[in-house]
Amino acid sequence: MLELKQLSKSFGGRTAVASMSFSLNKGEVLGFLGQNGAGKSTTMRMAAGVIEPDRGDVIVAGHSIVSNRREAQRRLGFLPEGAPLYPDMTPLDFLNFLCSAHRISRSDCRSAVERVTADARIADVMSKRISTLSKGFRRRVGLAGALIHDPDVLILDEPTDGLDPIQKRAVRALISRMAKDKAIVISTHTLEEVPAMCNRVIVIDQGKLIADSSPEEMAKRRKGGLEEAFIDLVSKKEAASNEG
Amino acid sequence: MKAELRDILTSFRASYLRELRAYFATPLAYVFVAIFLMLVGVFTWEASRFFDTGLADLQPFFYWHPWLYMIFLPALSMRLWADEIAYSTSELLFSLPVSLFGLATGKLLAAWSVAALSLVLTFPMWITVNYLGAPDNGAIAITYLTSLLMAGAYLSIGAAMSSLFSSQVLAYIAGILVAFVFTAAGWPMLVGAISGLLGAAAGDLVAQFSFLTYFETAQRGVLELRALLYFVGVILAWLSLNTIWVANKRAFAG
Repeated sequence: MLELKQLSKSFGGRTAVASMSFSLNKGEVLGFLGQNGAGKSTTMRMAAGVIEPDRGDVIVAGHSIVSNRREAQRRLGFLPEGAPLYPDMTPLDFLNFLCSAHRISRSDCRSAVERVTADARIADVMSKRISTLSKGFRRRVGLAGALIHDPDVLILDEPTDGLDPIQKRAVRALISRMAKDKAIVISTHTLEEVPAMCNRVIVIDQGKLIADSSPEEMAKRRKGGLEEAFIDLVSKKEAASNEG
Repeated sequence: MKAELRDILTSFRASYLRELRAYFATPLAYVFVAIFLMLVGVFTWEASRFFDTGLADLQPFFYWHPWLYMIFLPALSMRLWADEIAYSTSELLFSLPVSLFGLATGKLLAAWSVAALSLVLTFPMWITVNYLGAPDNGAIAITYLTSLLMAGAYLSIGAAMSSLFSSQVLAYIAGILVAFVFTAAGWPMLVGAISGLLGAAAGDLVAQFSFLTYFETAQRGVLELRALLYFVGVILAWLSLNTIWVANKRAFAG
């Protein structure tokens, strides 16, 4: 459903992502982990077609993001870091705008808006201006936007950041509900929510993939569970690169 | 080809409606229209001494259009892309299956619609000259049409400049600077100075790039094909640059 092939990106001579490759099947929810600056957001932005890779390709449901970007993007939903939205719009206007951009007909749009409004639990704020919404509601509006066209692949950069515990649980439940029909990539800094949402984990460091396994397998690596295993992986890699 | 055209139209429609709504969801469009109408009135009635000319035509009104557009239209276009970059909504936009040319055209047309509304709301001037005498309404219509095209040219410059900055202020300043070059190139004082220094041919050549040159012809009531082609050409050229600059952001963004 989603395949990253030798994806690379540099900024001003600094390598952000180096030859990243992995694939994701329907039903897989991938926890995409790494320290700040490891290259998670850059990888996700390339996978969503937001920025172009220097080398490599991303295949979304059989369509190349490099040679057939729009077809690939029609099958992909993206929640960028910080869930940027248009502050002057209402959530309803915003979702209608996304319907237009995805070429969803007016009648289909109405039912799509109803579906994502219920899924993201934003019915109460649909006619309020986005600039007046709390961070949690904004993120849920962003999530609703990523789901409006019922994509095959979802890429969510920090989807639960800024949500209260109840909202986090609701988002996790939503992701679990959608998981069987989609391939989902989630980046998060909250490691304890990984086992609850994800059935696969990839850890990256300095733009390179350093681990790929299930959350359970990764947690078994160290006594302290997933968090200790993650710290262990990243610090070992850092020590190795410092020695090198 | 058909799919590409459909993508352009879809993107245009989505972008146009969003931007138009954005203009009227905030005080921006209302403030712009109000200040534009007020200044057009002040310059026409006071600076050009409309009633002292003793003529029932709109020359004193149209005379100021290029200069007012040069100052005001970059204020209308400065937010078009700068806000997308500042609020990171460009991330969202670039993740959508849209045509960048369609998006850029939609944004430009939305700003142009606000400018057109401002121009339409100057109709009391036209009523006034018709009340006072018997002006050549055909010539007035031609000048209005050319003024609208010229507004599109100024906005296309401002929109393109907006795609280079994340700050509205910088986009505004850059928009005014480029617009000034395209305006002042036809200013008689500057053309005279260039002619004196480099010869009449050089002065004429520089003047050919100016909005003033083509707008002055229209003010005489002459609808020239080359003026129409010039303004349409300028709009398309800046729209293309705008699209290329936005595409470069996707290619090289950090």
